[in-house]
Amino acid sequence: MAKVPRFIAVLLGLLLVSSGCTATAPTQESPTLTVGATLEPPTLNPFENTAASIAQVLLYNVYETLAKVDSNGELQPLLAKSWDVSDDRTQYTFHLDENAKFPSGKAVDADAIVANVDRLLSDDKLSGTLKTQLAVIDSAKRIDDTTVEIKLKTPSVMWLYDMTSQLGMIIDPSASVDLSKESAGSGPYKVKQYNKDKTIILERNQGYWGSAPKFDEVVFRYFDDPNAMNTAMLAGDLDVISNLQAPDALAQFQSDPQFSTIVGTTNGEVVLGLNHDNKALAKKEVREALTMAIDRKALMDTVWNGQGTLIGTMTVPTDPWYEDLANHTPYDPDKAKELLAKAGESDLKLRFRVPVVPYAVKSAQFVASSLRDIGVDAEVEELEFSRWITEVLTDGNYDMTVVSHVEARDFGKFADKDYYWHYADPAFVKLYKEADQSAPDQATEKFKEAARLLADDYAAIWLWALPNLVVTKADIHGVSPNMATLSFDITGIERS
Amino acid sequence: MARVCKRIAVFAISWLGASVLVFFTINALPGNVAEAILGTDATPERVAELSAELGLDRPIWVRYLEWLGGVLHGDLGTTPLGHYQVSELLFPKLGVSLWLVGLGMLLALVIALPAGMFAALRRRRASGVAVSALAEVGMAIPVFWGGIMLVLVFAVWLRWLPANGYVPITTNPASWASHLVLPVLTLGLVQAAVLIRYVRSAFIEVLHEDYFRTARSIGWTQFRALIRHGLRNAAVSLSTVAGLQFASAIVGAIVVEQVFTLPGVGSLLLSAVSTRDLVVVQGVVMFLVAAVLVINALVDISYVLFDPRQRSRA
Repeated sequence: MAKVPRFIAVLLGLLLVSSGCTATAPTQESPTLTVGATLEPPTLNPFENTAASIAQVLLYNVYETLAKVDSNGELQPLLAKSWDVSDDRTQYTFHLDENAKFPSGKAVDADAIVANVDRLLSDDKLSGTLKTQLAVIDSAKRIDDTTVEIKLKTPSVMWLYDMTSQLGMIIDPSASVDLSKESAGSGPYKVKQYNKDKTIILERNQGYWGSAPKFDEVVFRYFDDPNAMNTAMLAGDLDVISNLQAPDALAQFQSDPQFSTIVGTTNGEVVLGLNHDNKALAKKEVREALTMAIDRKALMDTVWNGQGTLIGTMTVPTDPWYEDLANHTPYDPDKAKELLAKAGESDLKLRFRVPVVPYAVKSAQFVASSLRDIGVDAEVEELEFSRWITEVLTDGNYDMTVVSHVEARDFGKFADKDYYWHYADPAFVKLYKEADQSAPDQATEKFKEAARLLADDYAAIWLWALPNLVVTKADIHGVSPNMATLSFDITGIERS
Repeated sequence: MARVCKRIAVFAISWLGASVLVFFTINALPGNVAEAILGTDATPERVAELSAELGLDRPIWVRYLEWLGGVLHGDLGTTPLGHYQVSELLFPKLGVSLWLVGLGMLLALVIALPAGMFAALRRRRASGVAVSALAEVGMAIPVFWGGIMLVLVFAVWLRWLPANGYVPITTNPASWASHLVLPVLTLGLVQAAVLIRYVRSAFIEVLHEDYFRTARSIGWTQFRALIRHGLRNAAVSLSTVAGLQFASAIVGAIVVEQVFTLPGVGSLLLSAVSTRDLVVVQGVVMFLVAAVLVINALVDISYVLFDPRQRSRA
């Protein structure tokens, strides 16, 4: 009688048992590191596309730069052992590491660096950001095999930092590969497989010139859903979650001895962007009032489980010119109302258009409700990300928005009138330029001053800086606590 | 012969209609692939420049005809994002989805046929009602929720199976199998729940037929009569349902692929939509449309196989 159900039970049992036996087999025999991440790179070419996800995988791991930025935000030698700067600060002489070589066996010598700079200077497909960064470079010249001189048009402090990111990635000039699918860097790993199938596999660069890579393979796995990434970690399928996207899940990993958690900082300033082309928002009192109306500590607690750093301007703790301005403008809704009345904007209506990403939508709801308390009507409109790029970022069709700016040292964007904030206050532009062109010891102070000017002028409202929440298996060590660059630097990671 | 010609004509017209609809709908969405490529680097000038470079500034019908011409020559196009051939992207992912849908449907049939027959035979007893009730519950469970529960039990608690991801069968067959078990179970159980109901009602219908009563009257057991006469008769209506279910399994697979982060056609489609990669969206959707149309045609043909009366009529 019970023939049929028993049959089903047996079938299900067989399916489960047979697969259960086989599931223990994979990955143990070869040292592989599996990293969970959220955004799959749209292409691997870092020069055509500035997507942060490309640099996350490739920077320092696959492509090396003359100098790199460490977890504390400080410049460290990489392909160049050291460098000298001329008195007028327009000539940088780099002394290359004589051991450095590409997987092809060719040395990363002065000729290779010159070829890379020349290639960039003549590349008309270069992304806009890189073109802007490149504008300061005049030329590169070989002095001898391991010495190269790069000449700048004007002195610049920022350029050397730019050279630690996409702009400075050195590729093998002799390699003829399609950079959108393959790699040709001198780093400890090479791209083995990139099929746009939610995984990128890197393999050990056998002849790496520096200290030997710790893993045969490093697999980046991409998840659209942060919860799926967390369950994969809980199931033991991942070694590292590169940056936890659901901060409330942190507690479950912290309380489990199988995992280690790291809480550090990132470059991701969550900016409540204001469109300065809006007549009301062009008034400083209005921007000040909006800033005062938001209890940012409560916002960070509600939206991101209290994880992150409160900031008061477009700088983060790993920036050399960071200054804690979190308490620059305390929460004071009553004063905010007064300021609005004084500015004659008591019944302000704003189009609050945000991209559909978790932190932005949640922040927008909090902000809209805070603004309602001071009589500002900010109706939240959620836009799918590519629509947000078109309508807000490109066309500037908005009054307020929320987005995180993940690029390192990016507060120079406020000097660009065409950028979606349409800010570019002349005093700021002047100060920023001055800072960039001054001697390194004075530059830090001047950048601080410029960042303070942004805060004093309420150029935007800085909600908080996103935390770097890393979860690893307990036996994984050497993950950088802070994400001071776009790179998820695997070069120091090892398994005990 | 006339029937075959008619089928082909219907196929071509449906497919063309769908291609026009898809192409123009996606073009009506705000945003284009040039903006997706530029990302946060986008400025109006750069977008215009790149759009022109990619030929996105030409009239939409020109682009449509060009694309159509390519497809008729077997070229699904090349995406400007990373310069991939659509076929190069589609075919490896198609393998993943085919395994998922194929094994899922197989599992569904393997469960639903006996369970549905059982529920029909025992429809007035507690055991039969219990099977029907279970099927109702199964139908009410959303695919993604069911998937997450299976992951929690078998991957997180028991650690028998990986939570998600995929390994190609050519890389490691054992690992491939272990990665597919939970997705196939998720898809198969939900589809089985739906199918059980149809199987049950199809067989109940058979139980009331004259030929069935005759078979019983000559001393056959209920089970023997059902297998010898019932199965073939029920098969005609069941193949229609199974065909429709197959199409719904393809849709269900998109959800399952998301839950288990399988790099299948569904994942490819979703990411292409979000980057406005029209070339890929168009290629994938039209492929799926063709697949569904082919399945419908196969169902039509299966009528002839199951039902000899159809043969004489044809």
